[in-house]
Order: sequence, then C-alpha cells, then structure tokens
Amino acid sequence: MTITLALEIPRTFRSRVGWAITDTWVVACRDLAHWRRQPGAVIANTLVFPVMIVLMFGYLLGGAMTVPGGGDYRDFLMPGMFAMTMVFGIGATLSAVSADAARGITDRFRSLPMAAPAVIAGRAAADMLNSAAALVVLTGCGLATGWQPHRGAARAIAALGLLLLLRFAFLWIGVYLGLRFYSSPEAVTAVRTLEFPVGFLGNPFVAVSTMPAWLGAIALWNPLSSTVTAARQLFGDPVGANSSWITSHAIVMAVAWPLLLIVVFFPLSLHRYQRLSR
Amino acid sequence: MDTPAIACERLCKRFGNRTALDHVDLSVPPGTVHGLLGPNGAGKTTAVRVLATLLRPDAGRARVAGFDVTRQAAQVRARIGLAGQNAAVDEILSGHQNLVMFGRLCHLPAGAARKRAGELLSQFALTEAGSKPVRQYSGGMRRRLDLAASFIVAPRVLFLDEPATGLDPRGRNEVWQMIRALAAAGTTVLLTTQHLEEADQLADAVTVIAAGRVIAEGTPDELKTLAGGDRIDVTVREAGDLAPAARLLRARLGVPVRAEPDRRELSVPVTDRLAALTQIIGSLRDENITAEDITVRRPTLDDAFLQLTGQHQPPDRTLPAAEVSTP
Repeated sequence: MTITLALEIPRTFRSRVGWAITDTWVVACRDLAHWRRQPGAVIANTLVFPVMIVLMFGYLLGGAMTVPGGGDYRDFLMPGMFAMTMVFGIGATLSAVSADAARGITDRFRSLPMAAPAVIAGRAAADMLNSAAALVVLTGCGLATGWQPHRGAARAIAALGLLLLLRFAFLWIGVYLGLRFYSSPEAVTAVRTLEFPVGFLGNPFVAVSTMPAWLGAIALWNPLSSTVTAARQLFGDPVGANSSWITSHAIVMAVAWPLLLIVVFFPLSLHRYQRLSR
Repeated sequence: MDTPAIACERLCKRFGNRTALDHVDLSVPPGTVHGLLGPNGAGKTTAVRVLATLLRPDAGRARVAGFDVTRQAAQVRARIGLAGQNAAVDEILSGHQNLVMFGRLCHLPAGAARKRAGELLSQFALTEAGSKPVRQYSGGMRRRLDLAASFIVAPRVLFLDEPATGLDPRGRNEVWQMIRALAAAGTTVLLTTQHLEEADQLADAVTVIAAGRVIAEGTPDELKTLAGGDRIDVTVREAGDLAPAARLLRARLGVPVRAEPDRRELSVPVTDRLAALTQIIGSLRDENITAEDITVRRPTLDDAFLQLTGQHQPPDRTLPAAEVSTP
C-alpha cells in the first residue's frame, strides 16, 4: 500500500541541474494552478487594477494634463503605467514570499529532498510569467484605447524587455523584504502602501519638469524614471521636455539601474534565505 | 541492537542570548513513537527543526535515519517527513493538487505522484474532499492533509510538531489513529506535545524538556511512578480557602500539596487512600472549610510533569499551574 522509495540523491552536476530545473518548474506551476483555480482573483489582482488606472488617469485626469514639450497625455501615460505594473510586482512577490514563510510552506519545501534553489527560482519564474501576462493585457488595453508604438516592433519589444528587466530587479527586492519581514504583516502592508508614492515620486504620471526643482531631481534619479523614459523613447511616445544627463542616457540607465538593484538585492535575498536555518 | 532512528548528542542551539537547546541528548529506537514533552518555549520545536534539517545546531551532533543532519542534510531529507504546527499546505489548490505537487518535489514521476496522491487521500479519509480547495477544509481535514503530505515517500522518520493543536476532540482522535497506524507500519515518529494525555496515548517513551534541557526520560508509566502513587484532589468552594486548606493538609498529612488556583483545587499525593481520605475530610471539617468535590485517582502524566518541571509549588503562592517553570 505505501511506497517506500529508496530515493537517490543525484551525484553528478548534470543530474543536479536537471533536478533543479524540474523542481523550479513544479514550484512555478503551483502559481499557474492558482490562475486556473481562481482566475477571478488573479485577474483582479494583477490586471484590473492597472487597466482601471489607465482609464482613470487617461480619461478622468488626462483632460487637465499637458505634457511639457507637447504630445498627447494618454500616449505619455501608457509607458508610465507599464512601469507602475512592474512596481506593483514588488508587493505581489513580497506577499507571496512572506505568506509562504509565515505559514510554514517554505519550511515544508526546505524539508523535502528537492533542489534548494528551486524554492526561490520557482517563485521568480512564476512572478515573471505573471508580470509578462500583465504587460500583454495592458498593451492590449492601450491598443484598444488608441495608443500604439510608433517606432516599430523591434523597439517596442526592446521597451517591454527593459520593463521586464526592471521587474526582475524588483523581484529580488520583494524576495528580500518578504524573507526579512514575514513575521510582521504590518511591514508587508506598509511596503504595499508605499508602492504608489514611489510611483508618484517618479515620472510615470507627470513630467518631472512640472515638479519643484528639488523634488524633480529626486524623481529624475528614481530608477523607475529611467525605465519609463527609455520606454517612451522606444515606443515613440512623448517624453516630457527634459534635458538632464540622466534623461538623455535613459536607455543606458534603464539597464544600469536594474542591474545595480540586482547586484544589491540578489545577494541580500540569498543571505536572508540562508538565515532561515540560523 | 539496531542503530537508533534518531540520535542526538549534546545538541545546543542559541537564538541571541536565549538558549533554546542546552546539551540535549536523545535516542529513539526505530519503529517507536517518542514523545517530546515540555511547556511552551521549552525548545521542542527547535529540536524538531534541527532534526528536520531546517536549523543548524550551534554545537553537538544529530543523526537521523543514520545520516548527519548538517553534513548529510540531503540524505536526511530523502528519509523524513515533517508536519509543523500550522498545516503547511496551499490553500487555493485542492488536496489532490497539493499532494501531487509535494510528490513531484519528492521526485516521483508525474503518473506515480498522481497515483500516490490518490492513495494518500483514501488512506487519510479525504477522497471525497480531494478535488475541493483546501480553504474549504475543516481544521481536522487540513491537519490530515498536512500529515498525508509529510508521508508521501513513507518516511523512515516522521516529525510531528504538536499534531493535535487546534483540533476538536474528534479531529484529535482521527489524527491519533493515523499516527498509530503509521507507527504500526514501521515509521519512527517523534512528536512534540504539551498535552500529557497525548504523550500517554501515543508514545512508547517520553523525553521531558524544560528551558532547553532534558529533565526526565522514560515510558509514560515510569514517569507516572515518578509522580508517586495515588492522589486525592480537593476542590474548595471559596477561593479564599485554598491557601489555608493547603497549609492545613500539608501540616496534617506531612506531604507536599499542589495548589491550582484556577480550579480552586489542591492535589495531595497519598499512600493509604482510605486513611488519607478520612484524615482530609476530618481536617477540613475541623477548620470549617467546605469542599465542593473530593476525588481519589491514579496519577497522570500531568502530575509527573508538574513534579519534574515545577517541583512542588508552594501552595500559598497564587501562580497558575500552567506558568510553572524550572528554577
């Protein structure tokens, strides 16, 4: 009736990598199964909110907005909303990681004979898939309301790639904070509450030149702003007049900022994960 | 002699300046159920987490199923099951999906994982609920699913951290039956509990720990014997009578008297039951103290436990029994 498996631990490098990949996929599939189990909740969490904001800002507030340097506000807004969706990903990762750690699911994974990196790699894979899906839906929403990339498919894909690179960087912020604060739900809520201010303290919604100088400087050096400007350039959307160094090097900075965040938060995440056993 | 399924030598673990495990020795023969008994914060969960490879010990050695928990963690993980204090299962997925996922992570092929999930659901009486999301399960069902998940590859050693927590009496009985069945099939079980009845019901042997130290070991019967023979419990009607009554009985009978203010109850160890009963009734009547209830009973593991962890509480101190700790 019961199977007793003399489970063989893989000894060669190749078979270990094989295990790690299978295990990562199984962990990621858990999230994909959530989609199938509760499509409604997934849609509400990851998709409805950004779409609603596009419509709110585009149509309700958009009429009162002028973009410095000219251009349509809704065209200006779209890349900002793409980037905000990546920002909301921090909270999604953080909530998932902290819930699993707090409720013992991470411990169960750690007590199984599975490849250790797969616990976090599976989370990463699932979150990246979620965000890619959100980008696709938001793009559809943009196209349906009259927005479109003006500079060709290759540049449009490059823009989406930069957005996903930013999401990948945010992923490690989410993992780190999730493992750091899983025992205090208040901290998790606080981070989620801060997502909006972080967005407003950048250029997704308004051009930084409309802000007081000191605030504009902070907004300009918000890593989010470089990705938004780079995406605006690549889509051929209005950028909002700005001649600062960081704006003219937006694409380089849209690569550099995420890499810097990864260099900082990836090791911090691993450190936190290893600290679970201390 | 078989090599023990669990063997700890002088295991130590500190968190900051708090000592969770203080040179713990433990040896559990294969195929037995071993109870790790102690009050909150005694170090029970820490011990389980070290043995299940989730925590690194600061000092000492531990072997589980013949492998070292720090140097051969992967081999240990391939041979253990763990069910922690809260049911560590995915709420959104169904019971079946949970078991298939954990089966896949134990590297069963997809078909075998599905087959095993089906077997476990029927073994743990969850077949009917198998396709429902776990959030619709009752506490007992969740706990059973959690137990099933820890049993995917029929572990040699199963760790259960307070398996009956949060269950009603029926759910608790169901879980106890499962544990007995697993043990009968040859699995070594280490279970932690603060409930002496649970250890009494399930365990072949018990280790009592307090403040990270082993303070007693033995079969439940041996520990009860440590509590010393029969007892008479006296419940007084007025809470104010408790301390005077305790002093009185201690003086008249010449034995330590344990007071439990929550229940207005005194517990007296006795040797000659009838003589002691007569003496107690006489003493109380002399002092005009009304007893609501007087019970003669065999000692429980509770008595042994309080004896070991708290020594005897001075009866005139109004400290609830549950807060007893080692000096």
